[in-house]
Amino acid sequence: MPPANSSATPISRVNDFVVRFANVNGSGSASANEMFARAVMRMGVPVSPRNIFPSNIQGLPTWYEVRVSEAGYLGARGGTDLMVAMNPQTFDKDIAGIEPGGYLFYDSTKPYPASKFRDDITVIGMPLTAICNREYSDPRQRQLFKNIMYIGALTALIDMDVAVVEKLIGEQYKGKDKLIAPNIKALHIGRDYAILNLQCPIGLKLRQADKVGDRIFVDGNSASALGAVYGGASVCAWYPITPSSSLADAFTRHCARLRVDAETGKARYAIIQAEDELASIGMVIGAGWNGARSFTATSGPGISLMQEFIGLAYFAEIPAVLFDVQRAGPSTGMPTRTQQCDIISCAYASHGDTKHVLLFPEDPTECFEFGALAFDLADRLQTPIFVLLDLDIGMNTHLSRPFAWDDAKVYDRGKVMTAEELEAGRDFGRYLDVDGDGIPYRTYPGTHPTKGSYFTRGTSRDRYARYTEEGAPYVDNMQRLVRKFDTAKDLVPRPLIANADKPTKYGVIYYGSTAPAMDEAIGMIEAKGHALDRMRIRAFPFHSSVASFVADHDFVFVVEQNRDAQLRSLIVNECGIDPVRLVPVLHYDGTPITARFIAKAIGEHLDQLTVKPVKVTS
Amino acid sequence: MTYLAKPKFHHPNLPKNALGYTHRDYEGTVSTLCAGCGHDSITAAIIQACFELSIEPHRVAKISGIGCSSKTPTYFLGNSHGFNSVHGRMPSVLTGANLANRDLIYLGVSGDGDSASIGLGQFAHCLRRGVNMVYIVENNGVYGLTKGQFSATADRGSKSKRGMMNTDNSIDLVAMALQLGASFVARSFSGDKQQLVPIIKAAIAHKGAAFIDVISPCVAFNNHAGSTKSFDFVREHNEAVNRLDFMASRMPIEVQYEPGSVEIVEQHDGSRLALRKLAADYELHDRGAALGFLQHHAAKGQIVTGLLYVEKDPEDLHAHLRTVDVPLNTLNAPELCPGQSALDRINASLR
Repeated sequence: MPPANSSATPISRVNDFVVRFANVNGSGSASANEMFARAVMRMGVPVSPRNIFPSNIQGLPTWYEVRVSEAGYLGARGGTDLMVAMNPQTFDKDIAGIEPGGYLFYDSTKPYPASKFRDDITVIGMPLTAICNREYSDPRQRQLFKNIMYIGALTALIDMDVAVVEKLIGEQYKGKDKLIAPNIKALHIGRDYAILNLQCPIGLKLRQADKVGDRIFVDGNSASALGAVYGGASVCAWYPITPSSSLADAFTRHCARLRVDAETGKARYAIIQAEDELASIGMVIGAGWNGARSFTATSGPGISLMQEFIGLAYFAEIPAVLFDVQRAGPSTGMPTRTQQCDIISCAYASHGDTKHVLLFPEDPTECFEFGALAFDLADRLQTPIFVLLDLDIGMNTHLSRPFAWDDAKVYDRGKVMTAEELEAGRDFGRYLDVDGDGIPYRTYPGTHPTKGSYFTRGTSRDRYARYTEEGAPYVDNMQRLVRKFDTAKDLVPRPLIANADKPTKYGVIYYGSTAPAMDEAIGMIEAKGHALDRMRIRAFPFHSSVASFVADHDFVFVVEQNRDAQLRSLIVNECGIDPVRLVPVLHYDGTPITARFIAKAIGEHLDQLTVKPVKVTS
Repeated sequence: MTYLAKPKFHHPNLPKNALGYTHRDYEGTVSTLCAGCGHDSITAAIIQACFELSIEPHRVAKISGIGCSSKTPTYFLGNSHGFNSVHGRMPSVLTGANLANRDLIYLGVSGDGDSASIGLGQFAHCLRRGVNMVYIVENNGVYGLTKGQFSATADRGSKSKRGMMNTDNSIDLVAMALQLGASFVARSFSGDKQQLVPIIKAAIAHKGAAFIDVISPCVAFNNHAGSTKSFDFVREHNEAVNRLDFMASRMPIEVQYEPGSVEIVEQHDGSRLALRKLAADYELHDRGAALGFLQHHAAKGQIVTGLLYVEKDPEDLHAHLRTVDVPLNTLNAPELCPGQSALDRINASLR
């Protein structure tokens, strides 16, 4: 074992650090790493894991980062305090990423020259491969138990309650009970080796706390799918695409449990894995036209393919819900990396003049809430509703508020004229703005033998749905659609504002998965003596408070995870704001935005502003 | 003005069907297609079929893509909801609509450009899923709205109006439908109403994916010498394998048939088809044989028409998905939302 040098003081912290596991894709490490994260949560310490994985099944590098924060910061912080380096391919890069004073845990079976290591970190070697080869003969077992073994060593190194991990192993292999004992044995082989041979504990320690409360540990895709169940979706059509496939899978799973008629065994839902994204959105629109709540789940490339149909749904006014779990584009881009890069392509999807409603959940709980709400909005507004997740929210497990539902809630099915109303002689014009809110009435196909039928089309028509190519009815209709979009401003979730403790001329706007990193960044920025008012935007079209928030400040940072400042463009465009007043802060390398990145970008900008001008006298 | 309403008045003694509707109750607006268009004959056949079946017009959903054929749903069943969707995408829209409400009759109208070119994928997948629908392709081998380009069903060696020779192989949608698992496959000719009307009626009664390819000459761009989709060519090369009579449920068979010349096919809803065989060796329930027959005659330049294949016990998509018997669009929060108690259990499992 190379000697631990200490040109930097070893980091010493309790319940506040970042552990990063570097593994090889397909080695079975993910479940062991997730068990570690879950154990931290079970010890009452807020934790947020992030899986950084390649677009590949086996062989490429993968990382699993676990942020431990008793203070409750759940965003990515940046930097690594303890690196569990299990992948020789990325060894050098992984060592380079360790904080000064941090720790390296590695497999020392194969000796490395001292030059491989840094002298400002603590190096902890454990001959994992040698131990596994000694204990097991089956190659797969050697690999899988190695993962559990390093978790065992970690329990000793950071002084974790091993009983918590044992309990989790019992839960994980419930039903496959014969796997429990060998896993617990491997856990203890690792732990015992560490206790006997390594200096335990290191400076990073985990202590039992009570900061988790009633929160749940769930990923955004599962939460969105559950939102769709609660929102009353009965038709789902989708095409597999990373990172959204697990949303449709979760909907299938939830429905099998929650939506099967107990007596007949029949399904109160229909799920179609379509032949492509064009077909999936086509089915969603067909079902929406016919009065069922329907949705698709996709990612950026799917949104590109759906453009023509989205325009049809906008113009023909058909309810539809699209969950877009964003990944790094353009083109195939980085399919397993996160970005907020479909804001513009969704907001103005399709040719011609279109505008669409977007919802920006910040975490799985909002995925559930907005997921359910989207169906009410789609029916109310008779238009496509986009729920914009990203890979970070969708595929990573987040600590979130528990799901809650008001059992007294009734679905808002929007303006649907019934056979009785038609029979009573009520005037029906499919595109007639009866109430002045831009939203017309519709009828479901098959409602009445002689009244209320109409022809749905993507071509221009008059207020009574009759085909026309005349200018005036076309303009009349397009103006009504703008009116309807204005109506949406007060129906979608409002932005949330948090003002700084002291008055400030500066503000920051952010949305979606940036939120948890922003929570921590604000603390860092304030620690430097700056103050910022915050607005978290939760939907498009923008509520009037967005324009006033910008007006109330000299300038406002807009923090996003894309290259082109897409939300900023939307604000400039839709609120008529001078672009100079909106300062973009952009993070788009495919990893989740970190608190340190935000704090540095905004902090440096504010530092420059607070430099007092020097008075030049001659 | 681009919308022509049809006058409502009609002869007081028009015959009425079992529901008391006249033929006129199944019409739509005035056709804006070219005079003599084969598509208008298909429209008339659809109207006739629905009238004779005494279907309540509003219980039909008529869905189409883009093109001349896809315009036709405006011209029939004016009391039905219609949906003129996106080019080549009628099948997906119809599939979604069918999932939402299994109780309506779904009439998908498409063309050869719509189904064999831009929409070939959706054509294939909706048939293999067994969506309960009548899928009619009004096949003229040409793009009419854009003035006469070849479509993918144009035969190799056929000539366009401008004298161009088609060098691409043609797609035979009937052969594809057979291979893809459509449970009812037919081909007819817009100029042969006697054959077409009973086929449409049988297809409506069929519970599964029913596909009808109707050769429908384009009088403006594909009715010249050298075309294999012209009235003259189709009439000369029409090789009908059977003629059928459609009998609704519980109707006694009144017509006397010569023994051995007729096959009675009973459908799921109790309706029966009496098929007068014209080709003695034709086996109606054998996909492989149907394909062979089709290709053998195509090689000789003959167009095989008639009811070409029927599956005896078809299953539709709803059966595959085991959906509830009531339409999904009638379900509401009590049936769809599991409520807070289920959420409590889910929350507990996530800690």
